[in-house]
Amino acid sequence: MAANHAHGHADHLDGEADFHVSYKGYFTGFILSVILTAIPFWLVMGKVLPSAKVTGFVILGFAAVQMVVHMIYFLHMNAKIEGGWSMLALLFTIVLVVIMMAGSIWVMYHMNTNMMPTPDPAAMRNMP
Amino acid sequence: MSATIATHVNGAPVYYDHSGEHHPPNSTMLGFWLYLMSDCLIFAVLFAVYAVLGRSYAAGPSGADLFDLPLVAANTALLLFSSITYGFAMIAMQARKKSQVLAWLAVTGLLGLGFLGIELYEFQHLIHEGAGPGRSAFLSSFFTLVGTHGLHVTFGCIWLVTLMLQVRKLGLTPANRRRLMCLSMFWHFLDVVWIGVFTFVYLMGVL
Repeated sequence: MAANHAHGHADHLDGEADFHVSYKGYFTGFILSVILTAIPFWLVMGKVLPSAKVTGFVILGFAAVQMVVHMIYFLHMNAKIEGGWSMLALLFTIVLVVIMMAGSIWVMYHMNTNMMPTPDPAAMRNMP
Repeated sequence: MSATIATHVNGAPVYYDHSGEHHPPNSTMLGFWLYLMSDCLIFAVLFAVYAVLGRSYAAGPSGADLFDLPLVAANTALLLFSSITYGFAMIAMQARKKSQVLAWLAVTGLLGLGFLGIELYEFQHLIHEGAGPGRSAFLSSFFTLVGTHGLHVTFGCIWLVTLMLQVRKLGLTPANRRRLMCLSMFWHFLDVVWIGVFTFVYLMGVL
């Protein structure tokens, strides 16, 4: 049995069945990425939206969507490859990233607002 | 599980070596994916640092003063094009067309070098203007984050050239195909990180 299995591996690579790629997939991903990249640049460079805060949230949304597009069309991510372990690792990483980002920003924001008063800005500017 | 299994053929023991090339299916790709996820955590930490320090200008220049968005757009385009040309190399690999694989890899490598060239020009320009990594916490975290990404692209380019030589010499052997698939994931992963960089650092920096 072991010999048979080894023979079957001779011309077929592990994971290659998971990795079927096509022009259609890459073109779809590429066109979507171009659109999802162009809109944020346009929004910021053309100052389309009146509020900077709203623009910030909108472009973050575009970035999130574009990351998903890249994951699906370029990294060929789905719940089935590697028996679902890749997706599990990805979800775990996303959880860690969200905790790390949100936690850092939250904690440091509070620390900055609760800090002791600093010397006036004019004095700061002349510091070495 | 033991490394060898003994059975008997005509009374004589026969050994199968299980420690060599035989391994559970998909282990390399999953392992490489786990590496990418840990790399993702490195970038997440650097992004968090930038999120915390990105507005601490120390009375120095801000992102709005420094960032040249058309240059960033050009860099983004280069990286995006390099992603699809790498995709073409993978399609050619699937069809076992060695010369096409090499051609698309070369195009990808040139686009990667173009990206690095623009980034180095930008860094050199910033340092020349007195906005080097030592100027403020904002610039320290900026150079660390963007520099780490650039370093990854640099190693990606070195890896790409190495693989081109391997493919040229040995052809599209299973080992080389596996390596090409790993580099494909690495390259596309860097593009995903760059989405975060151009959005979070450059675009939001000039807002």
